[in-house]
Amino acid sequence: MKLAYWMYAGPAHIGTLRVASSFKNVHAIMHAPLGDDYFNVMRSMLERERNFTPVTTSVVDRNVLARGSQEKVVDNITRKDAEERPDLIVLTPTCTSSILQEDLHNFVERAQLEAKGDVMLADVNHYRFNELQAADRTLQQIVQYYIEKARKKGELPEGKTEKPSVNIIGSSTLGFHNQHDCTELKRLMADLGIEVNTVIPEGASVHQLKNMPRAWFNLVPYRELGLMAARYLEEQFGTPYVDITPMGVVETARCIRKIQQVINGQGADADYEEYINEQTLYVSQAAWFSRSIDCQNLTGKKAVVFGDNTHAAAMTKILAREMGIHVVWAGTYCKYDADWFREQVSEYCDEVLITEDHGAIGDAIARVEPSAIFGTQMERHVGKRLDIPCGVIAAPIHIQNFPIGYKPFMGYEGTNQIADLVYNSFTLGMEDHLLEIFGGHDTKEVITKGISADSDLAWAKDAQAELNKIPGFVRGKVKRNTEKFARERNVSIITVEVMYAAKESVGA
Amino acid sequence: MTLAQPEALTFECETGNYHTFCPISCVAWLYQKIEDSFFLVIGTKTCGYFLQNAMGVMIFAEPRYAMAELEEGDISAQLNDYDELKRLCLQIKRDRNPSVIVWIGTCTTEIIKMDLEGLAPKLEGEIGIPIVVARANGLDYAFTQGEDTVLAAMATRCPDKAPVAETEKNERNAISKLLNFGKKKEEVVKEESEYVDHPPLVLFGSLPDPVVTQLTLELKKQGIKVSGWLPAKRFTELPTLEEGYYVAGVNPFLSRTATTLMRRRKCKLIGAPFPIGPDGTRAWIEKICSVFGITPKGLDEREAQIWEGLEEYVKLIRGKSVFFMGDNLLEVSLARFLVRCGMTVHEIGIPYMDKRYQAAELALLEKTCQEMGAPLPKIVEKPDNYNQVQRIYELKPDLVITGMAHANPLEARGINTKWSVEFTFAQIHGFTNARDILELVTRPLRRNNNLKDLGWDKLVKEEAKI
Repeated sequence: MKLAYWMYAGPAHIGTLRVASSFKNVHAIMHAPLGDDYFNVMRSMLERERNFTPVTTSVVDRNVLARGSQEKVVDNITRKDAEERPDLIVLTPTCTSSILQEDLHNFVERAQLEAKGDVMLADVNHYRFNELQAADRTLQQIVQYYIEKARKKGELPEGKTEKPSVNIIGSSTLGFHNQHDCTELKRLMADLGIEVNTVIPEGASVHQLKNMPRAWFNLVPYRELGLMAARYLEEQFGTPYVDITPMGVVETARCIRKIQQVINGQGADADYEEYINEQTLYVSQAAWFSRSIDCQNLTGKKAVVFGDNTHAAAMTKILAREMGIHVVWAGTYCKYDADWFREQVSEYCDEVLITEDHGAIGDAIARVEPSAIFGTQMERHVGKRLDIPCGVIAAPIHIQNFPIGYKPFMGYEGTNQIADLVYNSFTLGMEDHLLEIFGGHDTKEVITKGISADSDLAWAKDAQAELNKIPGFVRGKVKRNTEKFARERNVSIITVEVMYAAKESVGA
Repeated sequence: MTLAQPEALTFECETGNYHTFCPISCVAWLYQKIEDSFFLVIGTKTCGYFLQNAMGVMIFAEPRYAMAELEEGDISAQLNDYDELKRLCLQIKRDRNPSVIVWIGTCTTEIIKMDLEGLAPKLEGEIGIPIVVARANGLDYAFTQGEDTVLAAMATRCPDKAPVAETEKNERNAISKLLNFGKKKEEVVKEESEYVDHPPLVLFGSLPDPVVTQLTLELKKQGIKVSGWLPAKRFTELPTLEEGYYVAGVNPFLSRTATTLMRRRKCKLIGAPFPIGPDGTRAWIEKICSVFGITPKGLDEREAQIWEGLEEYVKLIRGKSVFFMGDNLLEVSLARFLVRCGMTVHEIGIPYMDKRYQAAELALLEKTCQEMGAPLPKIVEKPDNYNQVQRIYELKPDLVITGMAHANPLEARGINTKWSVEFTFAQIHGFTNARDILELVTRPLRRNNNLKDLGWDKLVKEEAKI
């Protein structure tokens, strides 16, 4: 057992559900107790999704515990198949069903006999894998399923597309700024004269998967999601993949050069140097920003970075290499892929931190006292407590990290967005610091007096105590309304009864 | 067209395929209510992930709750449950020193049959902190029923004898004496005499402190003294429960607690409608008065006065219809109040219906419908959300009260929704808070009224029918 308050990566089934519900017309059925469908709330709230999340539960209750699911799971699958006609139903095990050890494979086989759509079981061990690993596995599993299905039916298309083309693998629902990144990557590919063959899983239909081998190469922008699928395609069809995250000016250029090498290796004649140069020097503002006076002021400032592998590694390189900021430590919660992270960032920071313990991260921040933090929502809150500004760069995230406006982290527009994020984090910190030195905006005491000084009313002790129970942010309003009420009625001492009479009166 | 109106409420039961919160969510409000407690949820990452996301910003405020996250070794019994729990509880004792540790059993502890009730007394003796066990899991319960399991477990911890010895009494009263500081002795005596002589009454149900004060004062106006609340602000202040004490529930989801109080503590349950809405509050007070043989004073005027204050809201919903998808067991009381406001209720979805514990509330609902000339709603236990959505498309209600999973998709289809969880966190009890209920209920109508001329009702493309 482990005492835990907070976790960075969610449980395995969340990863499976993220992948399944990213596809179009794929339905996931969780084998889970009542209340485990919280994923639907997150998707509906965080992504402000207009459609019903295609996830339902085959409820595990006392009866299931006593006698097994029996027909229940099969019935739920065939029912959903009839109701919504999904192309694919993914039966998703949870921690509960892992322990029950029911033969879910058997249920899938039986349901497949009746269902018009395809049915598969997400093959993920709940106690060994987290959300990110499970997502990666599930995506690979679905790709493999449809490639093999097409192969069996002899429907696998032959050969490559005429022009250079790419599959973009890894953009998914509830991913950090994934939709914006995806748009930016498509633009980038258009600029490079590369056709986008498929984008998976977000918005894709499973029927498109058999066309994946037609692409000249696969682009895997996120370290956490898509590599397994890309490796599978490489092994099956020899399709090369590019797994350099195009985040930051230098890495974007490196990614584009790698793409050039990969497609030229297959007979294209691409030269992207001119494009890289034009974008870097004149189109994207990030290179110019690093040269400007603003960025000069950031030189040697201390920062710490924490997040998933993709974002923490990319941010560390941007801060150190492109902005001259001193990254004291960089860390990741992707413990299962720690070696990769170490190798990526060790030359750009003093120390590498690999942990899933938010307490250790909080302590490490307090110890270093950086001028800015780049982390998850948890680090943002640590920053609040310590009065250090924080830019959020990775999940776990809240609703404000699903902006409506266009905010990619990848490609050339991404570099602009990141420059803003970094710069705003630091100036806010500096401003705060200067205000402190020069005595702040105003003196707080005077303001409070100004508002409450004219209070001619006495508050009885119990009423005062009651008032103190009211949350701080509305207390002032309640106090003013009550006093207004009392004054209108010539009440001189405010008791608890008066307080509540005021609340009950119209308009108070 | 004349449709035969059903004479009595109809009850149905569907598949139980519905969205609700896991009952472990009760730690979110209970750790705040019971100030000296620590809640330890013994479960998996799934439980932790739910709490972390459902509690939002609360998580960052160093909450007095934590997960005892089970690992593979715990599941396969390679690790010893007792030793593991002891290690964690000692750590909690060292870091937080709570007066009680509440263990929340989850689906996983049920399935692997971890004997929490057996381990607790042993460990309690060893570490010197009371350990209360509540099996609030998703196999058996929905959302607010979590509180019910915790309070039922707490009920067995209430002292069973009021302190009698005079000296001891004085000592125990030291704190209340301090609080009475400045009051003369006669005043304290006079305060006592404001009450009618009636057997002790203990109320059960966790409510925010201001609401506790409001309801206590409301009963005081009738000369009824509230001897205690289950739960109190602190675990160390749990009320005395002697055989023959009267108890009354303030929330509709507390049937296990009620049963425990009756069967194990030999208390007498006052079965009343719940004090939600001015009509409910009045009926609640009247029932308590009638049990104690008191003639209620001034309730007519009080209720009328509250309704008058609500008129500006009521006129927004009068004649409109509402559909409860059901997820928190407050549905019957809220529906009854809304019918009194002049609404029509199509359907009351509810996770679980205890017809005995809610008997008075159901009777009041039926009576209200008859008095208002409203059709009697259908009560659907263990609803099926998919079927419900089909019925919503058909009925086109003016308002759907539903969970967050369905709210945005329904709004995008031009259907007004109110997120049901807000009713469990807002202050909705007593005369004083009736306004807050209507503030919530009318918010979507007021908002959408502001947007009505923009033509932005339906924001999804027509889905292809196959």
